[in-house]
Amino acid sequence: MTQSAEKVIDHEMLFRQPEYTEMFENKQKNFEYKHPEARIVEIQEWTKTKEYQEKNFAREALTVNPAKACQPLGAVFAAVGFANTLPFVHGSQGCVAYYRSHFSRHFKEPTSCVSSSMTEDAAVFGGLNNMVDGLANAYNMYKPDMIAVSTTCMAEVIGDDLDSFIKTAKTKGSIPEDYDVPFAHTPAFVGSHITGYDNALKGIVEHFWSKAGERTPIANKINFIGGFDGYTTGNLREIKRLLGLMGADYTILGDTSDIWDTPTDGEFRMYDGGTTKEEVKAAYNASATISFQEFCTEKTIKYIASKGQETVALNQPIGVTGTDQFLMEVSRLTSKPIPDAITKERGRLVDAIADSQAMIHGKKFALYGDPDLMLGLTQFLLELGAEPTTVLSTNGDDKWAAKVQALFDASPFGKNCKVYPKKDMWHLRSLLFTEPVEYLIGNTHGKYLERDVGVPLIRLGFPIFDRHHYHRFPIWGYEGGLRVLVMILDEMFERLDQSTIITAKTDISYDIVR
Amino acid sequence: MSLTVEETRTRNKELIEEVLSVYPEKSAKKRAKHLSVHEEGKSDCGVKSNIKSLPGVMTVRGCAYAGSKGVVWGPIKDMIHISHGPVGCGQYSWSTRRNYYIGTTGIDAFGTMQFTSDFQEKDIVFGGDKKLEKLIDEVEMLFPLNKGITVQSECPIGLIGDDIEAVSKKKAKEYAGKTIVPVRCEGFRGVSQSLGHHIANDMIRDWVFDKTDPNKNAFVGTPYDVAIIGDYNIGGDAWSSRILLEEMGLRVIAQWSGDGTIAEIENTPKAKLNVLHCYRSMNYISRHMEEKYGTPWVEYNFFGPSKIAASLREIAGHFDDKIKEGAERVIAKYSVLMDDVIAQFKPRLEGKRVMLYVGGLRPRHVIGAYEDLGMEVIGTGYEFGHNDDYQRTTDYVKDATLIYDDVTGYEFEKFVDKIKPDLVGSGIKEKYVFQKMGVPFRQMHSWDYSGPYHGYDGFAIFARDMDMAINSPVWNLTKAPWKK
Repeated sequence: MTQSAEKVIDHEMLFRQPEYTEMFENKQKNFEYKHPEARIVEIQEWTKTKEYQEKNFAREALTVNPAKACQPLGAVFAAVGFANTLPFVHGSQGCVAYYRSHFSRHFKEPTSCVSSSMTEDAAVFGGLNNMVDGLANAYNMYKPDMIAVSTTCMAEVIGDDLDSFIKTAKTKGSIPEDYDVPFAHTPAFVGSHITGYDNALKGIVEHFWSKAGERTPIANKINFIGGFDGYTTGNLREIKRLLGLMGADYTILGDTSDIWDTPTDGEFRMYDGGTTKEEVKAAYNASATISFQEFCTEKTIKYIASKGQETVALNQPIGVTGTDQFLMEVSRLTSKPIPDAITKERGRLVDAIADSQAMIHGKKFALYGDPDLMLGLTQFLLELGAEPTTVLSTNGDDKWAAKVQALFDASPFGKNCKVYPKKDMWHLRSLLFTEPVEYLIGNTHGKYLERDVGVPLIRLGFPIFDRHHYHRFPIWGYEGGLRVLVMILDEMFERLDQSTIITAKTDISYDIVR
Repeated sequence: MSLTVEETRTRNKELIEEVLSVYPEKSAKKRAKHLSVHEEGKSDCGVKSNIKSLPGVMTVRGCAYAGSKGVVWGPIKDMIHISHGPVGCGQYSWSTRRNYYIGTTGIDAFGTMQFTSDFQEKDIVFGGDKKLEKLIDEVEMLFPLNKGITVQSECPIGLIGDDIEAVSKKKAKEYAGKTIVPVRCEGFRGVSQSLGHHIANDMIRDWVFDKTDPNKNAFVGTPYDVAIIGDYNIGGDAWSSRILLEEMGLRVIAQWSGDGTIAEIENTPKAKLNVLHCYRSMNYISRHMEEKYGTPWVEYNFFGPSKIAASLREIAGHFDDKIKEGAERVIAKYSVLMDDVIAQFKPRLEGKRVMLYVGGLRPRHVIGAYEDLGMEVIGTGYEFGHNDDYQRTTDYVKDATLIYDDVTGYEFEKFVDKIKPDLVGSGIKEKYVFQKMGVPFRQMHSWDYSGPYHGYDGFAIFARDMDMAINSPVWNLTKAPWKK
């Protein structure tokens, strides 16, 4: 017995104690009917081969460890960016429990969202009653400014019609006739969470703009869309700061900067911050809209353009060039010069890169994640002199791959780099064995690759479950670029220290100055 | 603020009236049946349960898929569990339940992986059976050491009329009688996770027990063979339980299903006794084994020294004196540790009041552990309990305890806000709500990434964790000094 009251040990150390390791051995030996150890090693080695990779890449039906989620998750993300807005997902209730848990595990914050709790009877007769009662309950309990409706795959498969259901709910008195219930169909079997974000945001914008009549454009006024972003709190605050320095007149459509880091001060804020209905309405007359994530806002941007606004779609402004491009677009669209204070920030990031470039130059990286994040990071890695030799996305398509390839082609460091659209993390596992890299960039699930392959993981992506508070800091803008740079450098220095830490063996290079 | 039992009863009744007043009339009437103040001596807790959640009320509940894939099947480590349908369900439930296991993941164990058929629109339109067939071939090709496959149905499967049973049979035949189990756990079935547990249990009966040659695994029994049923090894719970059973002289031949293998499941009918921790999720298969194989089962509770000792004695009661002596020996061995733990933590926790809202067995089972530390549970409820859970709860709760079944976000928040307990024990969706209100919180599904909490080793961790939560200095910082 190792446990003691003075020094309580938990799972990390408890199960390494002899009383437990002996128990594990006996369990395996006597009851598990395991494959022989040699066979396990044989298959393990086989999975590292080119031959295995070919079979692995020939998969047509099976997806293993994908780096994407489903549409309604993105719809909930979009909805909570509006002031006092309650996301309402029409369909099975388990889905909503999953979305709320997923966000809470990433942000370490609550996420409020309701479901229409459809069950077998709704599968047969449709979910109209669930919508009618659900809207009445949600409205009475929470008195939100609006309820933003999206759907799970169940409601989509049975073909529930949100438009007519919401109208019926109003007729039946669930909610006032003039109450705002924007909606979007968000089938989980189409696209991914970024598609759901796009559909839901378009639904909300369209709800307010479709009946707005003629536009009276306001020169130099712009809108921004952040997109589905695990760093939304830090990023949007950073963007607001930069736009404040520029004196730009702007509206963020879907402002999620305040909802996922509310204070602990004795009060639970179910809603905080967010774009108000009036701001959405007024945004109609802006002269232009900038999206930070092209592949996350394709339909929304198209809709906004159809209303006569100029639209610019970026791919996550990470690093110097990305941020330059974003600021120059803002400057052009608002007719405001980029102030010296920001130019100085730029210089500081360049200064930091210059100080550290020798660490990063020529290092090989594999990265995976959402399409726009991959584009932003690839561009930054290339300007750091790194080689992003493997860039993979489960929800990135061929159009996305062509854009990544264009980045490769524009840089001498992109020469040996390859892009993999519509691939999962089991594909990536093969690639990491056959075409090794020095560092891996991705979300928390990448830690399994770190374990299997031995490649160190730099956590940038969504979700991040096993590190705290990353979302509170930006990765966009020059400040964000600094953060990304330091994250990469920290991992490199840590790795170097770990590899040189053995006394009288490797500690020759255990340097105090690096 | 020490209320008498009668004052507490009155306060709790008023609170219930208050929360009900926010609902539309029809909904208030329905919710009223799920909220109650416990009356000592009654046979249950006075609430209706296992009824559909109201739409739009922010229920905490999950779905049948969560109950089958997430709870019962998912932890069986040497099988591959396919999340059959769109990508989300498998993605959100990927590795989040902390069902610990030992194995080479991706080679001979698959617990922390996400296998999905990632349904696209064409699969919905044309059906997914062909895709499932091909998928099973690909699984066999790329993961040759898997010992079986389960098909965990997501919502669309049952709606588009796929015949996953036919596919499973066909493929099982093709792969030399391999265990391939179709599970109809579509998320819209039933009212919560609970039906998913039941369906999963039934599928073990139909597709494992009934289809497997009883002599498949060479097995020599002993008179002391038991199987642990309903322990998912969250943070290692089943291990810190198993060690006690083995120390008292029993031989644990299977773990259901934490760190479990298909061979263990197959051999379980050979046990002399099934010891059942989570009654809610695995009573069905326990009853079946009793009926079909004559294996008796006994419920036990390994939270806190009082309940552990009682349970060890109860389990030993099914065996001879050797085991009974073994139980006493184990209780004695750990009594020093338990005395130390209580001496260390009870002074810091005595009199603290706790509100719980969890699933499975925990809304009642953990009460004893809190009481061992001098704490008091003043409110409790089940996410997906049935009436037999509320009956069993009467053995644990005190008079005038607030009872809330399938509590809504609004109700739970109001209850906590008014009652101001010293600790709330619930899930990830609730954690940050209450912490922001300044109320200490522990996740009581995942042990807040700590654990194990079962057994004697687990109780030390439990006590430490509750102390950390309640006595953290952070709770003194929530008010800015200039706002006090």
